[in-house]
Amino acid sequence: MNAHPKPAELTVSTGIIKVAILAVGGQGGGVLTSWIEGLARANGFVAQATSVAGVAQRTGATVYYVEMAPAGPQMPVFSLMPAAGDVDVMITAEMMEAGRSIMRGFVTPDRTVLITSTHRALAVSEKMVPGDGIASSDEVMAAAGLAARRLIAADFEALAVASGAVISATLFGALAGSGALPFPRTAFEDAIRASGKGIEPSLRAFSAGFDAASAPAAPAPEAEAGTIPAPLATGPEALLREWQSLRAEIDALPAAAAEMALAGLRKVVDFQDLAYGREYLARLQSLATLDPGDGHLTREAAKYIANAMAYDDIIRVANAKTRPQRGPRIAREMRLKSGQLMRVTEFLHPRAEEIVSLMPAGIGARWQANPKRMALIDRLFNRGRRIRTDGIIGFSMLYLLAGAKGWRRRTLRHAQEMAHLHAWLDRVAAARPEVAIELLRNQRLIKGYSDTHARGQSKFARVMEGAALVEGREDAADWIRRLREAALQDEEGRALDGALQTVKSFT
Amino acid sequence: MAERSFKAEVQHLKLGAGETFTGEGILAITKALLESGVGYVGGYQGAPISHLMDVLADAEELLTDLGVRFEANANEAAAAAMLAASVHYPIRGAVTFKGSVGVNVASDALANLASSGVTGGALVIVGEDYGEGSSIMQERTHAFAMKSQFWLLDPRPNLPSIVKSVSDGFDLSEATNTPVMLMVRIRSCHVTGSFECRDNRPPAFTVKDALANPRSDFARVVLPPMSYQHEQDKVKNRWPAAEAFIRNRQLNEVFGPEKAPVGIVLQGGMYNGVIRALHHLGLADIYGNSRIPLYVLNVTYPLVADEFLDFCKDKQSVLVVEEGQPEFIENQLSAYLYRARADVRLHGKDVLPMACEYTGAVMRDGIAAFLKAAAPDLLSDALRAPNTPPPALPDLSKTVPIRPPGFCTGCPERPIFAAMKLVEQELGKHQIAADIGCHLFASLPPFEIGGATMGYGLGPAANGAFDGGGEKRSVAIIGDGGFWHNGLSSSFTNMAFNKSDGVAIVVDNYYSAATGGQDVMSSRAQNRTKSTKNPISKALAGIGIGWVRQIDRTYDVAKMRDTIREALTTPEKGPKVIVASSECMLNRQRREKPLRAAAMKEGRRVDVPRFGVDEEVCTGDHACMRLSGCPSLSLKKLEDPLRDDPVASIDVTCVGCGNCGEVADAAILCPSFYRADVVHNAGRLETLLARWREGWRNYLIRRRAARQLDLGVAE
Repeated sequence: MNAHPKPAELTVSTGIIKVAILAVGGQGGGVLTSWIEGLARANGFVAQATSVAGVAQRTGATVYYVEMAPAGPQMPVFSLMPAAGDVDVMITAEMMEAGRSIMRGFVTPDRTVLITSTHRALAVSEKMVPGDGIASSDEVMAAAGLAARRLIAADFEALAVASGAVISATLFGALAGSGALPFPRTAFEDAIRASGKGIEPSLRAFSAGFDAASAPAAPAPEAEAGTIPAPLATGPEALLREWQSLRAEIDALPAAAAEMALAGLRKVVDFQDLAYGREYLARLQSLATLDPGDGHLTREAAKYIANAMAYDDIIRVANAKTRPQRGPRIAREMRLKSGQLMRVTEFLHPRAEEIVSLMPAGIGARWQANPKRMALIDRLFNRGRRIRTDGIIGFSMLYLLAGAKGWRRRTLRHAQEMAHLHAWLDRVAAARPEVAIELLRNQRLIKGYSDTHARGQSKFARVMEGAALVEGREDAADWIRRLREAALQDEEGRALDGALQTVKSFT
Repeated sequence: MAERSFKAEVQHLKLGAGETFTGEGILAITKALLESGVGYVGGYQGAPISHLMDVLADAEELLTDLGVRFEANANEAAAAAMLAASVHYPIRGAVTFKGSVGVNVASDALANLASSGVTGGALVIVGEDYGEGSSIMQERTHAFAMKSQFWLLDPRPNLPSIVKSVSDGFDLSEATNTPVMLMVRIRSCHVTGSFECRDNRPPAFTVKDALANPRSDFARVVLPPMSYQHEQDKVKNRWPAAEAFIRNRQLNEVFGPEKAPVGIVLQGGMYNGVIRALHHLGLADIYGNSRIPLYVLNVTYPLVADEFLDFCKDKQSVLVVEEGQPEFIENQLSAYLYRARADVRLHGKDVLPMACEYTGAVMRDGIAAFLKAAAPDLLSDALRAPNTPPPALPDLSKTVPIRPPGFCTGCPERPIFAAMKLVEQELGKHQIAADIGCHLFASLPPFEIGGATMGYGLGPAANGAFDGGGEKRSVAIIGDGGFWHNGLSSSFTNMAFNKSDGVAIVVDNYYSAATGGQDVMSSRAQNRTKSTKNPISKALAGIGIGWVRQIDRTYDVAKMRDTIREALTTPEKGPKVIVASSECMLNRQRREKPLRAAAMKEGRRVDVPRFGVDEEVCTGDHACMRLSGCPSLSLKKLEDPLRDDPVASIDVTCVGCGNCGEVADAAILCPSFYRADVVHNAGRLETLLARWREGWRNYLIRRRAARQLDLGVAE
């Protein structure tokens, strides 16, 4: 980014300055367009704006386009749409829209100043994937660096939200800061004032956008987020001492696994108690003996054993909903101001399965095998429960449930989870290290609650079956990885079916 | 009232002679109508001319003062039929709708109008919804103009030209007793610019005058033998009159040098694009001074043969720039050349694409290809043989996701389709027909419900073949806009009359929402000049449909699901209709936000709900996403090294509609969602209660802290 942009450099080449804007419906692209147009007209230019309104504006991607030229005796013939290779300033209000503008040829190294917000508004296709379907911003950023004559990139959305305005205002500030248009800063601000609505927040956001565009590149905020200090442990003195000694055992593990093992230990101790943490470390230490030396296997074991041991049962949910930190966090998210009150409602829907899973393992298993009894419980309990966790009854109820940790180890759910854990770890222990790592990672498939959880378990089982077919092969690890990735692609497991077919075709 | 208010802009419509109007194309057309002494206006909304209807609605007072009648017609057919007022009476009338779909709906009336012929000028302003941003099938209105004999105007896309074409259009219509279509493309409707105004002119003969002095003439009625005379009149009198008028008034324009080996014939709407392409090729300056002669067809139907042949004289090659297909103009012009035995090579779709919008790059490449073949000397060396390859950029086509339109944040239609998806999971896939409107977004992921649309108001009619029933029932979806546009007669009487066994769901969001939130018959709003608050269920009862379920809160996903299941499984025969009503969130927010802000300021109690997700509880399975697609429900990557997949996250744009919680409950997804209600200006008792509750919670929290470790794992 340039600290001192050269103003008016663009007007020389053709006499017409062309500004295109690519925004997602609801981002204020129309407002930004009218500001730019007003700015030009107020400063001795003639200008023309066009847009493609209509149904595309309902959350879809839309293009706005402005052309301007110094006023003279003759009226220029303005184009109604941007042409590939002929855009001076491209403003994109979202990272993937920057990618789209590059794909459409609107960003070229000979002329285009690309101003883009780096934030993401995820497309539905990215959100639907059961795994991680989020598109890579890095790829777009790399392409933008090559395609643009000058690139100005910052999280203009966050800057706008901080100023209580819409992203159009920060982008307008960035346009001013870029120096790509031959007008002084005050002229831009006058354009906002002339539009007459929400002036103060818009001017604040404008200023933030201006600074972000004209200042040299600041370190990305993500970099700062990585250095959050580890949370402090609090509680009764005796327990704290025991925690410290347990923690110290991690030092005996390979260095590469230490950080993960600490996170894992925290998770399982928080889930149950220190004794459970000790079991976790014992399992981890036993697998660590299989580690060929780089600590890789141990790290994956630390991660996935913790996740498997800290399964998602009702007690854990109740605990999460009654944590001391939760109220203040929600208040912060909702921007609660002093004097305002907040009510919090939970949406819970227990089924017979959840009720039975809390019963002692033997009894629970018998009930679960009896459809009539399950139907009876469903009649009694299976319905949506709206629970007010700010209220005395709602909070107390969940508090009591969260306190049932002592009971947990006797429950049917715990027995089932431990059976799963043992079967899985036995497979892992019997495998070659690189295969063991992949088998450990398959735990990622088990997530969600109720039906989603059941589907995850079935996917896990099928991937493990597929793994058994290829385990003898040289490239077994690679195949297991492929099976897992296929399982994460869609909800029904269609991609997994295909991958399993392939595996069966050669085994 | 409509989504966008033009109350402020309407003031510009009062400008008089000598003043300059600056604004959008749509508004300029409205002003031009008033300057032309129009007597009545009407139409039906739809992009890109929705705003024209909104402007007219907002300008109703001004129109009434001038003696102009404004009608928000029930549909395009009604709008076109209204032009009947210009058949016998010397009143200028204008209606507007989108092409080509609006023209399809209106075609019966349009054909009758064209056969009868007109006395007063009759203008149909067609918003041609073609190319980028279009929401309909890609077709041309041109074919309609040809088959029914409307004169078709396609002015250069700048405000002065568009404004002039309105008054030219009325004059042409009256001089030839023929109705005229004025075609404006998407971008011309929204293009901004300036023009010099004239004074508004009240109609010399108003619709009220007509009612006081009724006329009739059976020669105008479309019945034999008059209908045969109409056809003769069209070709023998009206057509030559039009040719003469176009020539004498110089409606078409010629630019550039008089002598040149090549020339370009173009639709008026293509002018700016052609000039920009020529500028890129070094053959025109930015002011439109071209080295290639241009014959600009501001009238694209009829084509004036001798004017065209004059232009071709002494030229070796001529290019026709005609957007869309089939290439009616090019074919007609080549016939003219052939009949004249002219030795001119005609290019067109051989160098330009047959189908697609003529964008900047397309136009530049097409004209360059034409010149390379026809007059290579005119091109610079660099353009003849470019030797700098374009920069190589990484391929982003696999990275950048598509972003089709979808339901807005808090849309009341989302829970309807979430419920349908849940029913689908129980009962299997069904035959589903959709209609036109926002609900059509449900055919896209994540819902993927509905596989076809046959037109506005035709959803249930599109399931006609399945009315007899079978193992499973067919389902049709239609919006309230579609219901009143054409659905009541074409779809629901069809169902009732044929004793359909199918299910229809009416998505009633209180407005014609997809076109910009205009009122319809069943809107809940108080509208001073229109009849609203007429329930859809009453209309259904009126045509004898007995099984009707009214749902007044679509966000109740469980109830929605149970009702749909009931409709699909009840033993009762006959049509089963569910009217699912909740207000369009976009319009609701627009209506409620100012009221809420005022209430907060005045110190009244206001409750603002918003949803949130407990990160710790969310496992990142994204099951909720597959039943939502809400823009405010997104994903977030956590810092936690133990987590692989991003978790659900709700941003500040959430309006607290409730869908997340309802879906999590109805589909038994997960306990991650919570609703937080922030209470502004709470009363004393409420504050006291809240303080007690907080005290109790803190007591319990302290109690646990004394017995348990807190590792601060998550917040």
